[in-house]
Amino acid sequence: MAGSRIKLELSRVVQGESRLGVLKGLGRTGQHCLEVPGCLLYSHLGTVPHLTQDTLHTLKNIPAVTQVTLSSVAEHQEVLQEFKGGFKKFAGLHDTVVYCSLHDPAALCPPGYTTNKTVSVWGSGGRIELTVAKFMAIQKTIQPDWYQSMADGETWQSNTSRKRLRKSVDRTLAHLDECLTIHQNSQDLQGVEVFGVVEGGDILEERARSARETAKRPVAGFCLDGFQTGSMDQTLRTQLIKAIAKELPEDKPRLLQGVGRPDEVLACVEAGVDLFEGFFPFQVTERGCALSFSFDISLDPERAGRAPPAVLELNDDETCRAGEGQPNGEVTDGDQTQMTSFEINLKDKRYHDDFRPLVEGCGCYCCVNHQRAYLHHLLVTNELLAGVLLMIHNTAHYIGFFSTLREALANDKLDLLKRRQVILIATSFSVTVTPDGFESAALSHLGMESKHPRVKINMTLIWLQE
Amino acid sequence: LKTLCVASPLTLRIVAECPVTKARACDLILPHSAVSTPVFMPVGTQGTLKGITVDQLDGLGCQICLGNTYHLGMRPGPDLIEKANGLHGFMNWKKNLLTDSGGFQMVSLVELSEVNEEGVKFKSPYDGKEILLSPEKSISIQNSLGSDIMMQLDDVVSSTVTGPRVEEAMHRSIRWLDRCIAANKNPDKQNLFAIIQGGLNADLRKACLDEMTQRNVPGFAIGGLSGGEEKDDFWRMVTLSTDHLPREKPRYLMGVGYAVDLVVCVALGCDMFDCVFPTRTARFGSALVPWGSLQVKHKQYAKDFQPIDPDCPCPTCKRHSRAYLHALFKSDTSAMHHITIHNIAYQLTLMRSVRQSIVDGRFPEFIRSFMKQMFPSPDQYPSWAVDALASVNVTLE
Repeated sequence: MAGSRIKLELSRVVQGESRLGVLKGLGRTGQHCLEVPGCLLYSHLGTVPHLTQDTLHTLKNIPAVTQVTLSSVAEHQEVLQEFKGGFKKFAGLHDTVVYCSLHDPAALCPPGYTTNKTVSVWGSGGRIELTVAKFMAIQKTIQPDWYQSMADGETWQSNTSRKRLRKSVDRTLAHLDECLTIHQNSQDLQGVEVFGVVEGGDILEERARSARETAKRPVAGFCLDGFQTGSMDQTLRTQLIKAIAKELPEDKPRLLQGVGRPDEVLACVEAGVDLFEGFFPFQVTERGCALSFSFDISLDPERAGRAPPAVLELNDDETCRAGEGQPNGEVTDGDQTQMTSFEINLKDKRYHDDFRPLVEGCGCYCCVNHQRAYLHHLLVTNELLAGVLLMIHNTAHYIGFFSTLREALANDKLDLLKRRQVILIATSFSVTVTPDGFESAALSHLGMESKHPRVKINMTLIWLQE
Repeated sequence: LKTLCVASPLTLRIVAECPVTKARACDLILPHSAVSTPVFMPVGTQGTLKGITVDQLDGLGCQICLGNTYHLGMRPGPDLIEKANGLHGFMNWKKNLLTDSGGFQMVSLVELSEVNEEGVKFKSPYDGKEILLSPEKSISIQNSLGSDIMMQLDDVVSSTVTGPRVEEAMHRSIRWLDRCIAANKNPDKQNLFAIIQGGLNADLRKACLDEMTQRNVPGFAIGGLSGGEEKDDFWRMVTLSTDHLPREKPRYLMGVGYAVDLVVCVALGCDMFDCVFPTRTARFGSALVPWGSLQVKHKQYAKDFQPIDPDCPCPTCKRHSRAYLHALFKSDTSAMHHITIHNIAYQLTLMRSVRQSIVDGRFPEFIRSFMKQMFPSPDQYPSWAVDALASVNVTLE
């Protein structure tokens, strides 16, 4: 493949790890760009879940890159073949960059279906087995702007054997080489970029090897697989990503798969990740919740005087359920117990006469036009509009979070953002902390209902370490 | 004397009358906006049109839609909606709303305990408790909802029922109309429509018409039809009703929404229509088109790269193909929304074309070309439609 048109222009690298910049040269004409750290626009077959173009375009700053998954597209290979115009045209996507991933980050894949030569994806009609040849044939009909090469990513289960993990690295490299060969000989894929995939599970040496070897290939960037939320705790994840980053060229983007929770995003940015899949707002929507966490880092003296600042205020509805979930938020299908501390559960009776917007000051279509009480009603009555409105709000909120994240990086305010996230988590769990020069605090589990009033913590700074 | 008071919350301006049929094109001025008739009113049962935002609905040109007193009276309840500034405030719909009385749901949805002079007693599906829906209660809920048009509580009897029950229900509906009129707290802001009953019995219907038209209500609905009766009986009751309803008040035919039915009943003199069919069928992947309907989920459309209707200007047809929508149905709920938008656009466009043809004085030609498009050949024209149109001087081939 001739020199990649995708260019990562970094404007800042903080502490040798966190990166701020712009990914340029995206799309066939190279005219699109994506700020990093950033997220992709998650889609089902090219459509943002629940939304049509009208409702989608109420959003500002929509990410320039739409993620399409092979799991949703593969079963339509014949249709696309006959259509001949590529997936973008088929889906009516006029002005976006299409990135094709193998799997859907919001849908679990049953393990046990990969072989030396194949991986499987699950469409609406069941399992579809893919060889590299078939994988590439589908990519030719899709004609994405960029895609990840076929990978053996069945290693997100913990306690996978070393032998198996080594195999996943080897297979993935072999698949990559085969993909690249076919790619370079294909007219249809001229101008399309390929990302290599780093595997290796939770073994540092395998991760480093995978990264090193993949970096030798002419790829435009790197997907980091096997780190999905629930597969390992953040400490290990950070450690492994840092080790991977050391082996990767600085000027090529790193896309982390399957991680979307704001706190995990933050930690992974600090470890050197540039891009994230944007599926988290969808998951929140599916459980009838609205993202409400504060990411306001503006140093408003009036607010600073009032302790504690925005975090606990905004979450005054006390997402009390979060404590019931796993700290790492295991991925299941939209069960209420997977609720995180970043959202409010609008099905809760307390919202039935709450006439405030979902989030005060949020300029999204939902918050401008509707109130919590109405969303509550829509959810209780199982109305389709609930999904539409929540998807709009959750996407807007998430986009705003990334925007603030970049701003924080630009202005050295990442710490402020981190502190907010860490406090958020601390308020949900029983935590005893050993401070690092700051006051220690033992925060009690806030899994309480309305008999306990809002808990105000009258400290200006709370620093918590994992 | 049936003059309309200037301060009335409803004014009907007759813009054009078809010289051949009984059709009219009117401007119906209601508190929230003007409505061009003939009009099809989409049904937003629980304070939302399934999957569609109010902006999208407005963008399609909808000027009036429905809410259901029964559903909203149960959840979230009239008190909460009143707190939210009425149903308009609650769902943030700035144009007009029409609420039905809850009467039809009593029959169609719930286990009916008892109907007596007091009202309709039924068991709540949510907690099994007995609830009484009386004329007063229905109007009270509708007053809280704040709709521009409210429907009286009528004693609803299925159109397939015959015998003394039909007569009893007709008389009771008249008495309930009077109780509804008395119970309306906001006659200066909310219009109460009467509902003509009488089943499929011409004498009973005539008696009902004679009585109800003596009441000073701003509009009349033709009820008790569109419930599975023979079409031959259906149209005869519709035309009988419009023959005896005042010219200068709107006529609302409840529960009618199939394209052919709409066109014929406009010719018979009806101005307003509602039906769940277009939006409900959309969610099953059925797209309405001038030549019938298209089952988008069927295999035959998997590789059909045309839009649903190449001549349709709706957002769905402007951007998406049948093939994409077919595929999308396997992946995401938004597929339903695309079809819903298209179907509402279809219905509203149809009525707009009907209205324009009346204004232009060419409604009979419109009817003929409409039927030609809808049916492959004249021998497939439904005989009831042929008869009904003939009764208003329109001969089809």
